[in-house]
Amino acid sequence: MFDKILIANRGEIACRVMETARNLGVKTVAVYSDADAGAKHVAMADEAVHIGSSAPAESYLKGDVIIQAALGTGAQGIHPGYGFLSENPDFVDAVEAAGLTFIGPSAKAIRAMGLKDAAKALMHEAGVPVVPGYHGANQDAGYLQAQADEIGYPVLIKAVAGGGGKGMRLVERAADFSDALQSAQNEATTAFGNPDVLIEKYIQQPRHIEVQVFGDGQTAVHLFERDCSLQRRHQKVIEEAPAPDMPLDVREAMGQAAVRAAEAIGYKGAGTVEFIVDGSEGLRTDGFWFMEMNTRLQVEHPVTELITGVDLVEWQLRVASGEPIPVAQEDLTINGWAFEARLYAEDVPKGFLPATGTLSHLAFPEGCRADSGVRSGDTISPFYDPMIAKVIVHGPSRAAALSKMRQALAGCEVAGTVTNLAFLGALCAHDGFAKGEVDTGLIARDINALTAMEAVSAEITAQAALAVSGVLDKPADAPGFVLWRPLRHRVYLRQGEEDITTKIKVLSEDQVAVEVDDKEVVAQRTPTGWRMGGKRVAQSVVAGGKVTVFENYGVAFNVVDPLDRAAAGGAAGNIIEAPMPGLVKAVFVKAGQSVTEGDRLAILEAMKMEHSLLAARDGTVAEVLAEAGAQVEAGAALIRLEDEEA
Amino acid sequence: MKLNSSAMPSSEAFKANVAGHMEALNVVSEVAQAAALGGGERSRERHISRGKMLPRERVANLLDAGSPFLEVGATAAHGMYDGAAPCAGVVAGIGRVHGQEVMVVCNDATVKGGTYYPMTVKKHLRAQEIAEECNLPCIYLVDSGGANLPNQDEVFPDRDHFGRIFYNQARMSAKGIPQIAVVMGSCTAGGAYVPAMSDVTIIVKEQGTIFLAGPPLVKEATGEVVSAEDLGGGDVHTRLSGVADYLAEDDAHALALARRAVSHLNRAKPTTVNWQSPEDPAYDPAEIFGVVPADLRTPYDIREVIARVVDGSRFDEFKPRFGETLVTGFAHVKGCPVGIVANNGVLFSEAAVKGAHFVELCSQRNIPLVFLQNITGFMVGRKYESEGIARHGAKMVTAVASTNVPKITMLVGGSFGAGNYGMSGRAYSPRFLWTWPNSRISVMGGEQAAGVLATVKRDAIERQGGSWSADEEAAFKQPTIDMFERQSHPLYASARLWDDGIIDPRKTRDVLALSLSAALCAPIKPTKFGVFRM
Repeated sequence: MFDKILIANRGEIACRVMETARNLGVKTVAVYSDADAGAKHVAMADEAVHIGSSAPAESYLKGDVIIQAALGTGAQGIHPGYGFLSENPDFVDAVEAAGLTFIGPSAKAIRAMGLKDAAKALMHEAGVPVVPGYHGANQDAGYLQAQADEIGYPVLIKAVAGGGGKGMRLVERAADFSDALQSAQNEATTAFGNPDVLIEKYIQQPRHIEVQVFGDGQTAVHLFERDCSLQRRHQKVIEEAPAPDMPLDVREAMGQAAVRAAEAIGYKGAGTVEFIVDGSEGLRTDGFWFMEMNTRLQVEHPVTELITGVDLVEWQLRVASGEPIPVAQEDLTINGWAFEARLYAEDVPKGFLPATGTLSHLAFPEGCRADSGVRSGDTISPFYDPMIAKVIVHGPSRAAALSKMRQALAGCEVAGTVTNLAFLGALCAHDGFAKGEVDTGLIARDINALTAMEAVSAEITAQAALAVSGVLDKPADAPGFVLWRPLRHRVYLRQGEEDITTKIKVLSEDQVAVEVDDKEVVAQRTPTGWRMGGKRVAQSVVAGGKVTVFENYGVAFNVVDPLDRAAAGGAAGNIIEAPMPGLVKAVFVKAGQSVTEGDRLAILEAMKMEHSLLAARDGTVAEVLAEAGAQVEAGAALIRLEDEEA
Repeated sequence: MKLNSSAMPSSEAFKANVAGHMEALNVVSEVAQAAALGGGERSRERHISRGKMLPRERVANLLDAGSPFLEVGATAAHGMYDGAAPCAGVVAGIGRVHGQEVMVVCNDATVKGGTYYPMTVKKHLRAQEIAEECNLPCIYLVDSGGANLPNQDEVFPDRDHFGRIFYNQARMSAKGIPQIAVVMGSCTAGGAYVPAMSDVTIIVKEQGTIFLAGPPLVKEATGEVVSAEDLGGGDVHTRLSGVADYLAEDDAHALALARRAVSHLNRAKPTTVNWQSPEDPAYDPAEIFGVVPADLRTPYDIREVIARVVDGSRFDEFKPRFGETLVTGFAHVKGCPVGIVANNGVLFSEAAVKGAHFVELCSQRNIPLVFLQNITGFMVGRKYESEGIARHGAKMVTAVASTNVPKITMLVGGSFGAGNYGMSGRAYSPRFLWTWPNSRISVMGGEQAAGVLATVKRDAIERQGGSWSADEEAAFKQPTIDMFERQSHPLYASARLWDDGIIDPRKTRDVLALSLSAALCAPIKPTKFGVFRM
């Protein structure tokens, strides 16, 4: 076993690897970029080495710098995690050339799987089924028809130069082939100037099922399958193990095929063989085809860990340090069911746009494994993948595990950024998913329902207002005492575009009413805490001008502070005047240019000082009234903005 | 030391008492609730339609969320000026801003444009007096047209009239008591001096105006035609005149600015007394209604009330075997040490001397005094006059008048005659004087007063050889009895600010605690007593 390893990665996977290393008594070295100087993986490691600026190309992708860091700290091996350099064979060569151990497959194995077409050919030779199709140069119609007949219907005709569905035809029967080919070729000619097509087997309800394998360089075992069919635009969203409705013989067949694939390339370490599976009429031993092999530890490896009881990182470290694979194939069994949901900082209503922000609060509930690379107070920066955590659960059955996942997601508390938590929650409540009817098209089909925004209830708004006011946490010193008529304290919130004025009435130290629009909600103190109509008042966090109520997967409001409204004095905003007599040193704007508040518009030199003249508000420059070099009097108009739109 | 109550909540008497007190409370509550609304519905709606908050909303949003608000004069001017000035057109009281106790004085523009009736002036001055005695920052939420012209003779010229407001501002500012004004409406003529005399002034844009003379008067005087905003709006005063310091967008912004100003006052509460951790009474304060007889004339043990007011119902009674009609002793109210002086019957010489002794003790120890007043007076008669009850009573009055420890007086029953003086009536400047709805206050009982007048009249008739039938006498007495009944009612008293307000007796403990807390914002000055007639 190693004494010390370097983890050439960041975020949750770096933390994940370090955790196991620590359990094995292996010291860890973290590497970090500028943006990650205070990151969790740096805090966790025994040593940390700064490797460059925030952009990945300047740090986490700098193989030479990372190898130097390993050598400098005396690390014997480098764990690449996933992403970054994990599937870069040149890096593997360089690591080995430096006399270090790469904790992963050989450069040769990576290269073998790196070129997709070559890999497919290789797999075909090794007896691993690949998606049938014709990618050849012979475009004779009769020949193509023969190819299609051989592949078996339905088939897909695709323009070689294609994209966006143009020149693509689905053919369900042999009789329809020639017409479809004709129109596909015509369309391809029009669209791309190239009539060439390829033919592929059309997989009706494709499922993405992958098999975890583990090799020692010669032989390999498999650790069963994972179903990763719940994808949005090819991004996995929720993974599970095992796959639903997986017959034993299919599992056996897929496992063996995966082992064959691994052994064909002398695979060492943890890898994943991905298959596309026809889910239209139940899984069949002849209904899965090799797609690609991921020559690294996968993001979703924990679901396999939970059903097999294996620590895959431990295996990686053992095998890399020369030990054999710890468990034989026949001793590997499946115990229960596991799910993983990927929790991201994403703006779901804005098309799942990656989001950033400082996590003013982050907490995960009991009863789940949360692999996370961030803590409360950490920042999700724009430089890296905006993953917050992987929420992983295990249960005796699929239904039990899914129910646990629903609870776990409902119990996740994230404040400071938008998240896809509600979307994950909606997915876990999806009927089809609950029944195990998964395929890669599920999310796209039901995307509207899955991303529907639930209206924010008066209760949640009231809880936000209460959190902002702090009245529920106040020590009982005559709270809200009045002689006759309760006072109503306003709390101003904004949710999206909507301004909400709430009014808090402290009725006694045990009772507080909140008016939200026309509704009044009452919070009552009980021996078990504050409750609203029997329901416990949820946790909330107030930070950075926002309040987040941890109910319905977290509802965030902006807190509107009346102090933020600076009274600019109305109409004065249109004209930028010289504050004193002086020389116009420079003018930075032109008529028609739009400016935002705080932009520097011009410089006035006066009394030996350079005064920047700033835009007092957002707007458009109507005209520039003084040129650079002009001597102006105090109060002279220099720049005029267009009238503000009412 | 823990008091033992003999109350039986299931007894008929207890229930009857509760019913009687509830009736008295409801009368007051109805008046207070109506007064809290301010002006009529139309003027309130007009006020809101201008984007302004109603006065109590202004107060609420100035204070911390959940802050207590100890209102002063909640039923002031009730039944006066034909009911034209609910709450005397101004809301006043003590609340917390950033945890600090402050006095808020907030004009109600929905009541005759916030103009000052005589009671408005009296209430404003009383609020300032409390602030000055208790060392509380003053925040004036100004929205007033100035003096109420039809009543100018009663609001302008005298010492305790309008001008005293600004005198107080200057004197308080000199003492380091911050004066902050938020101009949220008109501030005309004399009213212009409230912001001008303040340490810090905030004005709401296109809403607040400050000028010595409004546009109509300016036109009258000089012919100049000018809009209110151009004459004395927020822009003018924050940019040109410097009369105001901060320009606010609206009420909410202005109140937030005022809160921020308070956060920069750099004040701390002085250490005055040795606070203990508060503890609830062992007996439910809500039972006060049951243990106190609804009929004022029925005697009861005042310790039943004390047991429902003080921490743990613990009472270290002083001199329990001497002068038993006056109960004196030490206790804590929400952690604050207090000396309690409470009536348990008519005052005799011994009781008066004991009272003086106890007040001396508390003064020596800097312990605030709480008077639970239910007194028909000092004992009368030849025996008592000859033993010098006037001399002994004077000792108690001297002690109460001289002491500098904070006094809080709670009128829990009758307040008649010189008993009122010895028990720290209004003339003895208690920091606060609160009354219960069942209390009555007058120089003597109505029956007694009518009786005295009837005796004088009968003597005169009989001296001239006439005769006066019992019916005639009863008819003669009735108007006096009626007048006393009307004038001794707490609503009549409170309307005229003879006290700081009527309270729900079940809130006695809270009111005392808040009063003490406010009073202890000022250091306690040493006491020098006057000559005690020995």
